[in-house]
Amino acid sequence: MRIALVAFTILVMGVLIVIPLVNVFYQALAGGGGVYWRNLVADADTRHSIYLTLIVAPLAVAANVVFGVAAAWAIARFRFPGRTLLTAFIDLPFAVSPVVVGLFLVLIFGLQGFLGPWLRAHDIKVIFAIPGLVLATAFVTFPVVARELIPVMEAIGADEEVAAVSLGARGWQMFSRVTLPNIKWGLLYGIILCNARAMGEFGAVAVVSGRISGQTDTMPLRVEKLFQEYNMPGAFAVASVLASLAVVTLLVKTGLEWKTRSDLAAAARETARGKT
Amino acid sequence: MSITVKDVSKRFGEFLALDQLSLEVPSGALLALLGPSGSGKTTLLRIIAGLEIQDSGTVLYQDEDVTGARVRDRNVGFVFQHYALFRHMSVFENIAFGLRVRHWSRARVKERVHELLRLIQLEGLEHSLPSQLSGGQRQRVALARALAVQPKVLLLDEPFGALDAKVRQELRQWLRRLHEEIHVTSVFVTHDQEEAFEVADRVVIMNQGRIEQAGTPQEIFEQPANPFVMDFLGNVNVFHGRVQDGRADLGGFNVEYPEYTERESRAATAFVRSHELDIQRVRNGRPALQANVVHINPARTVVKVRLHAEEFGVWLNVDLGWERYNELQLRAGESVFVLPRRMRVFVQDYQI
Repeated sequence: MRIALVAFTILVMGVLIVIPLVNVFYQALAGGGGVYWRNLVADADTRHSIYLTLIVAPLAVAANVVFGVAAAWAIARFRFPGRTLLTAFIDLPFAVSPVVVGLFLVLIFGLQGFLGPWLRAHDIKVIFAIPGLVLATAFVTFPVVARELIPVMEAIGADEEVAAVSLGARGWQMFSRVTLPNIKWGLLYGIILCNARAMGEFGAVAVVSGRISGQTDTMPLRVEKLFQEYNMPGAFAVASVLASLAVVTLLVKTGLEWKTRSDLAAAARETARGKT
Repeated sequence: MSITVKDVSKRFGEFLALDQLSLEVPSGALLALLGPSGSGKTTLLRIIAGLEIQDSGTVLYQDEDVTGARVRDRNVGFVFQHYALFRHMSVFENIAFGLRVRHWSRARVKERVHELLRLIQLEGLEHSLPSQLSGGQRQRVALARALAVQPKVLLLDEPFGALDAKVRQELRQWLRRLHEEIHVTSVFVTHDQEEAFEVADRVVIMNQGRIEQAGTPQEIFEQPANPFVMDFLGNVNVFHGRVQDGRADLGGFNVEYPEYTERESRAATAFVRSHELDIQRVRNGRPALQANVVHINPARTVVKVRLHAEEFGVWLNVDLGWERYNELQLRAGESVFVLPRRMRVFVQDYQI
C-alpha cells in the first residue's frame, strides 16, 4: 500500500511537473546557448516584457508587504468586530478567478467604469497602463504575506511589544526594534512567495493590460503571445526564465520554511517554558 | 513618588474586575497586592501602569494626574510575569532598550547597563541571549531592564510565579535587599501570601475587585479584618456555631464572648490558626475538644498533627513546636484534648 501510494505520487509529479519543467529548459536551449540568449534579448518586445515584470512585481510585492503586515497585525493583536469576516476576506483573492479580478478592476477604473470619468478628467491612466498591472497583480497576491505572518505573530505573542511600549518606545520604534526582528523570517518567506506569484500572474493582468506588445505585456503574457505566433524557441526561452525563477523561489522557500519552523518551535518552547 | 488610586472601576464585558477601588501607596513603599485569581490584582497593577485603561476613577503619581497619560509617557518600570524579554537581543541590548529609545549616547548607555549588570550580579553574561539564561537570571534581566530608565514606580506582575521554590526564595530576599538599596516605590502582584508577607512592607488583600484589608504584614496577620482575610491567609481551623448572652458555642468550644450580649442568638464563625491550638492529655477545666490523633506529619519547623473530633464531626489541624511534640509523645490513634489559645469570632450580619 505504501509503495503503491508513493509510486503513484511520484508518477503524477513526474508527468505533471518534472517532465514539463525539464522540457521547458530543453526546448529553450535546443538551439544552443547563443540562440537562447538572442531569443531573450534581441526582440525589443521581449526585452520590454522582462523589464515590465521587473517593475510591476516589486511594486505589487511592496504594496502587499505594507498591507500584509498591517492586516496580520490587526488580526493577530486585536479583537474587534468584523475580525472573523476580515480574516475570511483576506483569502478572497485566492478563491476568485484572476480573470474576474481583472474585470472588477476594469469596471472600476476603466473608461466606462465607476471612477473612469474622474480619472480621465485628471489624466490618470490605470487600465492598459502600469498602475492597472500593479493593482491587478497586488490584488491577486494580496493574501500571501498576511497569511504567512498571522501564525508567526500569534505564536510570538504581544508580550514583547507591550514591554517595549512600557519602556518608552514609540510605535515605530517598537515595530522596527521588536516586531520586525521577530517576524523577519516569516516576512521574507512571504515576500519570496508573493514575488513568485506576482511575476507569474497571468489572468488578471491579461484583462487589465490590453496586451499591447512593447507596452503592457509582462513576461507571462509575452510567453503566450510568442507561443501563439509559433515562435517556440522564443516562447520557451522566456518561459525558462520564469521557470528558473520558480526553482530559485522553491529553494529559498524551503530554506526559509525550515528556518521559520525552527523559529516557531523555539517561540512555542519559549512560551511553554515561561508558563510552567 | 507615591501612587494614589481613587474610585477606580473596570469591567471586562459582564465581569466587574475592579469595583470603586481606592488605594494609597506611600512613597518608597514596597507593597504587595495579594488575592486569589480573579480578584482584580493584576488589572489594578496594569491600570497603575497605564497598560489598561479604567472605566472610571483616577490614578495619581504624587500629585500628577496620569489618568489619561499613555504608558510610554508614564515612566514606569514594569516587570512582566513571563519576563517578555526581547528574544533576539542580548542581555546587554535588553537592558539598554529603554535608554536607546530615549536616544542616550553610546557611552552613557554602556555605563548605565554595566551599572545594572553589577546590580543584578550578571556581569559577564551581557552577550548571552535570553534563551541561554535560567529562569532566575531572566527575571533579574527583566528587572534590570525595567530599572534602567530610572522609573518613578516599579510594578511587578507575579514576579516569581514562574520559578522553582529555591530560586524563588533567593530572589525574594534579593528583591527585598534591592528595594532597600534603591527605594523606588514598588508594587507587586502575588497570590502567594508567604511571598507577600516576606517581601512587602505593606500588604493589600483583594477579593472580587475590592480591597478587603490593607496594612503592614503584622497588622494583617494579627488583626484580620474579616472572615475572608482570615480564611485566605489559610492554615486555620474553622468552627461554626452561635453566639448569645456573651457566650459563644462553637463546635464543642463553649467560650466567653463579651462582645455580643444580646438575648437573640446569631450565627457565628470562629477561626483558629493551627499554631494557636494546643494539645493536652488531660482536661484542665478550660474549654477543650476531645479528638483522636489521625496523622502526624513532622515538617521543618513544626509538627503538623491532624485530629478528628468525632462528637462534632470536626477535623482539626494543629501545628506543634518540636519541643511540645517531644514532651507529649503523641501517637496516631490516641485520644487527646485540643485547646484554643486564641480564637477570632466573626458574628454574621443579621439575615432573615
